[in-house]
Amino acid sequence: MSRLSVRDLAVEASHGIGARPGRLFLTILGTVLGIAALVVTMGMAQTGAGQIARQFDAVGATQAVARAGETQTMGGETRARTALPWDSPDRVLRLAGVEAAALLADVDVAGARISAVPIVDPTAVAGVPPAVVATSPELLAAVRATLGTGRMFDSGHDARSDRVVVLGSGAAERLAINRVDSQPSIFIGDDAYTVIGILDDAARRKDLLDAVILPLGTARTDFGLAAPGELQMRIAVGSGEVVGRQVPIALSPNTPENVEVQAPPTGGELQRNIRGDINIVFIALGGVALIVGGLGIANVTLLSVMERVGEIGLRRALGATRGQVATQFIVESVVVGLLGGLIGAALGVFVVVGVSAAQEWTPIIDMPLAIGSALLGGVIGLVAGAYPAIKAASLEPVAALRGGL
Amino acid sequence: MSAADVAAADPAGTDLGGADLGDTAVLGTPVPPVIDLRALTRSFPGDPPVVALQPTDLVLQEGDYLSIVGPSGSGKSTLLNLLGLLDRPTGGEYFLDGEPSHTVNEKRRTALRAGRIGFVFQAFHLLPHRTVLENVVLATIYAGVPRAERYGRAVAALERVHLQHRLTFRPTTLSGGERQRVAVARAVVTNPRLLLADEPTGNLDSTTSGEVLDLFDELHADGLTLAVITHDDDVAARAERSVRITDGLLEVLR
Repeated sequence: MSRLSVRDLAVEASHGIGARPGRLFLTILGTVLGIAALVVTMGMAQTGAGQIARQFDAVGATQAVARAGETQTMGGETRARTALPWDSPDRVLRLAGVEAAALLADVDVAGARISAVPIVDPTAVAGVPPAVVATSPELLAAVRATLGTGRMFDSGHDARSDRVVVLGSGAAERLAINRVDSQPSIFIGDDAYTVIGILDDAARRKDLLDAVILPLGTARTDFGLAAPGELQMRIAVGSGEVVGRQVPIALSPNTPENVEVQAPPTGGELQRNIRGDINIVFIALGGVALIVGGLGIANVTLLSVMERVGEIGLRRALGATRGQVATQFIVESVVVGLLGGLIGAALGVFVVVGVSAAQEWTPIIDMPLAIGSALLGGVIGLVAGAYPAIKAASLEPVAALRGGL
Repeated sequence: MSAADVAAADPAGTDLGGADLGDTAVLGTPVPPVIDLRALTRSFPGDPPVVALQPTDLVLQEGDYLSIVGPSGSGKSTLLNLLGLLDRPTGGEYFLDGEPSHTVNEKRRTALRAGRIGFVFQAFHLLPHRTVLENVVLATIYAGVPRAERYGRAVAALERVHLQHRLTFRPTTLSGGERQRVAVARAVVTNPRLLLADEPTGNLDSTTSGEVLDLFDELHADGLTLAVITHDDDVAARAERSVRITDGLLEVLR
C-alpha cells in the first residue's frame, strides 16, 4: 500500500542531496577526480598508442621472416620440424601483401679455407673465415640490399649451379677484392668461384655484409645443402597480420603449425600492446583515487545520516519503513556517485582533447569507456552508501525523534 | 474490568465524539474504541527492571479529547511512544481502532502509524529545506495516498489550519505558532483516527499556544480523536478528559 514509487524516491533523494550544495561539491570531488583520472589515463593511452603507431619503424614494419619450426629432441638437440620448400619465394609471392621474397641458408663448408689465392700461406694470420650463405637471386629486393659494384647472380646461375659468388662489403675487404671487372676469383677449399658483385648494404640482414653469398643451386651441388634456412619477405605496410596467417599455409599446407612466421604487428595490435603496458599502472592509480572517492562518499553519507537523525525519526513516525529509509539514503549516495562519475568522465574527456590539441595529436577515446566510467561512479556510490543506509534504517524511531531537525 | 471503569467514568466524552462520527460509521456495527489499553506495561531491563509504565487500562472513544499530564520523567513520553506505535509494550494489550497492535508485525505497525495516527511534536520536526506544502505532502507519500490526490489534500489540510497563504514558504521563515500549525496540517492530512501531540505548546509563547489550542478545539469539534501530552495545566484544561501519570502510574482526573 505505502510502497514508495521511484518518482517519490527520486524527489526525496534529490532534496536530500540538494539541501547542502557546498557539501555536495566536496563529496563528489573525490569521485570526480578518480573517474577523471581513469578516463584521462585510458584516453591518453589510446591517443598515445595511436601516435606511436604512426611513427613506427618503416623497415621493421615491412619485413617478415618465415622459418621451419624447431623442436627439442629427447637428446636435448634442436631439430627442424619441417623443411621450407625450395620454391618458397614463388609460393609466397602469390599472397597479397608480399612484395619480394628470398630464401637464405647458412652453408656448412666443413672447415674449408676461404681465400683469394689458391695457395696456403703459412705466414698468413689465421682468421675466422667469412660465413658462407646461399640465397635465391631475389635477395636484393627481399632484404633491401644494394650492390656496390658488379651484379647479382640470377636464376640462370642458380639453375646451372654456376660457381659464382657475391661478396658482402666486409668480406670483400678481408679477401682484398674491391673490383669485379677483372673477374677475380675466391677459393672455397680448392674450388674457385668467380666474384660477380659486391654488396654495399643490406638493411635487413647486416650480417650478409661479412658473408660470401652464392646461389642456392650451387650450394646444393657443391656443399650438399639439404634445406633452406629462412624465407625473408618484404611486405606491404599493414599486411603483417595477413602475411603471418597465410604464409605458413602457403609453405606447408598440411602442417602450417610447423612454420614459424615473424611478421610485424599491425597498428591495432601494436596499440593494444602499448595500451596494455600503460594501462596497468595508471588504472591502478585511478583505482586508488576511486577508493578514496568512495570513502569520501561513505564518510559524508554517514555524517549526513547522523545529522538527519531527526528527519529519519520523523519519516519513521510518518509511516516510513526501515527499507524505505535505507533506500532513500542508498539512492542519495548513488546519485551523488553518478553525478561525480558524469562530471569526472566529462572532465577526463576534456583533458584528453585539450592535451591532444596542444600536442597536435588525434584524440582517441572509447565512448563506451567514457560512459562506463560515469556509471562506475554510480556503482561506487552504491557501495559507499550501503553502510550509512543500514545505519539509518537501524535507528529506533523513538531515539531518532529526540534528535531535532 | 478497570478499562470499562475508565470508559464508564467518562460517558460525556464517549457521547460527544461518537455522536458526530456515528452517522458516517457503518450503521448497525458497534464502533470499536480508537484506543483500548488493557494492562499495558512498559519496563526497561535492568537490575531491578525499571517500570516506566505500570499496568494501565485506558479507553479512548472516537472523538475524545484527552490530556495526559505529569511531571517530567513520570512516564508521559513512554505512554505516548506506546500509543504512537513507536515503541512496543512489554506487557498487556493495545487495540488501536480495534486492531491488536501488540501482536502485529513491524510492517503492519508501520502501516498503522502511517494511516491511523498523526503526530505533533514539541520541536515541530519540519524539514527546513522544504516548503510548507512539501512538508505536508511528505506524510501522504508514506500513507500511500495516490499522487494525483496528494497536493489537493495537502492544500485542504493547510486551509484547515488557516495557512493557505503560506504554501510556498519555508518553515524557517514562519513563526512558532505557524510552524506548529503546519505540523498539525501534516498530522491530519492523511485523515488519521488519532492525533497524538507531545508537548505541542512546549516551544511556544502564550499567544501562539492559544492559536494551536484553538486549532485543536476545531479539530475536536470536527470529530477527531486527540491525545495531548502536556505539563501545562492551561493546555490540559482545554481537554474534556484528563489523566495524570506519576511514576508510571496512571490516574484518571476527569
